[in-house]
Amino acid sequence: MKIPQSPSPVIELKGTKKYYGEGDATAYALRGVDLTIYEGEFVAIMGPSGSGKSTAMNIIGCLDVPTEGHYLFEGIDVGILSRDQRALLRRNYIGFIFQGFNLLGKTSAVENVELPLLYRGVPAHERRTMAMAALQSVGLGNVAHHTPGELSGGQQQRVAIARAIVTDPLVLLADEPTGNLDTAKSIEVMELLKSFNLEKKITIIMVTHENDMARYASRTIHFRDGQIDPAGDGSHP
Amino acid sequence: MIWNAFILALREIRRSAMRSILTTLGIVIGVASVIAMVMLGDATTAYVTQSISKLGSNMLILRPGQDRHGPGGGDTTSKRFTQEDITAISREIGGIKGVAPVSSKGMQVVYGNQNYSTSIDGSTNDYFTVKDWSFETGRNFTAAELQGGKAVCVIGETIRKELFGDQNPLDASIRLENFSCQVIGVLHSKGSSMFGMDQDDLVVVPLRMFQRRISGNQEIATILLSAKNASGIESIKTNVTSLIRERRHIRPGDEDDFNVRDLREVVQTLSSTTKMLTLLLGAVAAISLLVGGIGIMNIMLVSVTERTREIGIRLAIGALEREVLLQFLVEAIVLSSLGGIIGMALGIGTGVAINHFFDLPFVFNTSIVVIAFLFSTLVGIVFGYFPARKAARLNPIDALRHE
Ligand SMILES: Nc1ncnc2c1ncn2[C@@H]1O[C@H](COP(=O)(O)OP(=O)(O)O)[C@@H](O)[C@H]1O
Ligand SMILES: [Mg+2]
Repeated sequence: MKIPQSPSPVIELKGTKKYYGEGDATAYALRGVDLTIYEGEFVAIMGPSGSGKSTAMNIIGCLDVPTEGHYLFEGIDVGILSRDQRALLRRNYIGFIFQGFNLLGKTSAVENVELPLLYRGVPAHERRTMAMAALQSVGLGNVAHHTPGELSGGQQQRVAIARAIVTDPLVLLADEPTGNLDTAKSIEVMELLKSFNLEKKITIIMVTHENDMARYASRTIHFRDGQIDPAGDGSHP
Repeated sequence: MIWNAFILALREIRRSAMRSILTTLGIVIGVASVIAMVMLGDATTAYVTQSISKLGSNMLILRPGQDRHGPGGGDTTSKRFTQEDITAISREIGGIKGVAPVSSKGMQVVYGNQNYSTSIDGSTNDYFTVKDWSFETGRNFTAAELQGGKAVCVIGETIRKELFGDQNPLDASIRLENFSCQVIGVLHSKGSSMFGMDQDDLVVVPLRMFQRRISGNQEIATILLSAKNASGIESIKTNVTSLIRERRHIRPGDEDDFNVRDLREVVQTLSSTTKMLTLLLGAVAAISLLVGGIGIMNIMLVSVTERTREIGIRLAIGALEREVLLQFLVEAIVLSSLGGIIGMALGIGTGVAINHFFDLPFVFNTSIVVIAFLFSTLVGIVFGYFPARKAARLNPIDALRHE
């Protein structure tokens, strides 16, 4: 007599607050956010600058912890984990595409992509094969040995994407992945993300300013002043 | 994990060639200069010590008169030594290798149309024992020659060269002023002493013969004594002093009218001087090692600041704090020990070259090489590690935001 199970929640923010600084100088980046994201979703986060999108992404990505409230990743309360335990969550389950590309400057594209595999302890040979495959999947097989400085902005962003998906993460977080790209390049990137969501069943959370990009997502959440704007659609699809 | 860190570190070293070279250079210079300077100091010490041992470091010199430091402090009024003193010393003092009476006079020696001004030493075969002097050719005196004061002589290398050139000196007759004597032996060359005196410029004749034909009396100017081993020299000195005092009936409290000198005093003065030199050179070198260390520190500090973003990226994609640290540590160890090894090679090379140039003996001081190596490596590690630790402890987001 079991009820068919709905998809399990991967990410649960419960009354999550984040403050920076103390006293009069306190910046309230998140003022109490409740948000649940389920496995396989493609969520777009929108909102004006300074509304707390990046702060929320950092918490979801286990790079930071809430000041108040809870954040559960796969049911684990991240707030009480040690630094190392959070690092291991990032290493094993999360791919992060940063707002700036955050690639190692003097390091070739393929070595940048290999980096997360290296910390996972993947043997060198396998590492190279996987990194090359990831680069090919973002269409950069031919520039694998170029350093970021020798690549265009769009190419650098795709290297960053390859680095984020090479480990086949459970969750892919992308903070304004098309922020520095023109429309044509942006569409390429969105198509890539869409395909990872559909084919690899990777849960994707993406911050964007552009409605055109948010349209690729299955759900859009609006942030305003460190809270989810109820005018936006915050429900399960 | 260590292997990974090692790979990462090597990659990073290769990638940042300039920074790596600069870091290493500081260590290379520091280590090399310490090693080279200490080698030079050690070699100088060894040279001085060797020169002294050529002189005979187990030797005591008895002279009449109160102690006048410096050579030639002879005093004509004090009581001379006699043959009986020699006999008493060899009978009563233990632990001696030889006791040689010596009287000398400067004289002209002539052979054919060659003549040369030298010092004639009248002595016995103990003279060669005490001075640890072997023969190039020929032999020492026979008992009969010594007893009878025969006109025979042993010559130094300088005399052989000056008078005989490439002729055979053995059995030749050389003239000493108004009589001649037969050459029976040539001494092995000792070269010049550390005071610059030519030690091979002498002629040795039987003491009897010297007394009869040259000085015309039975007096003995100097007694040379040598100990069987260096440790016995102090007690021999005391014993000889009391023996001579007794023989001369000097009352307790009265001063000696002779002196016993010990070359070790000279040795000690000289070696303490050279030790000072080594110390000084070592200090100069230590400063350069320190400067090298500060250089390493600076480069490491700058590089960590430069690399804070890199550390942030590594942390953000899931590196543990200790993995990042290990990478930096390995990097520092590899660079520092590489610098240390190159510095060691360069230092030893320079040391050998300098010592060769100044014709000094080769002395290898293992401990200073080890110390210099360890110190520089330690500096590299400490200053590579601590700034990296600071960065690795940052919140990854803050590290990423670092410009
Ligand atoms: N490290 C920080 N220190 C102080 N204030 C911060 C910090 N990070 C973010 N903030 C503040 O928190 C608010 C939300 O920032 P952020 O999450 O970056 O917004 P968004 O990404 O939506 O533009 C802003 O007012 C910002 O100034
Ligand atoms: Mg932002």
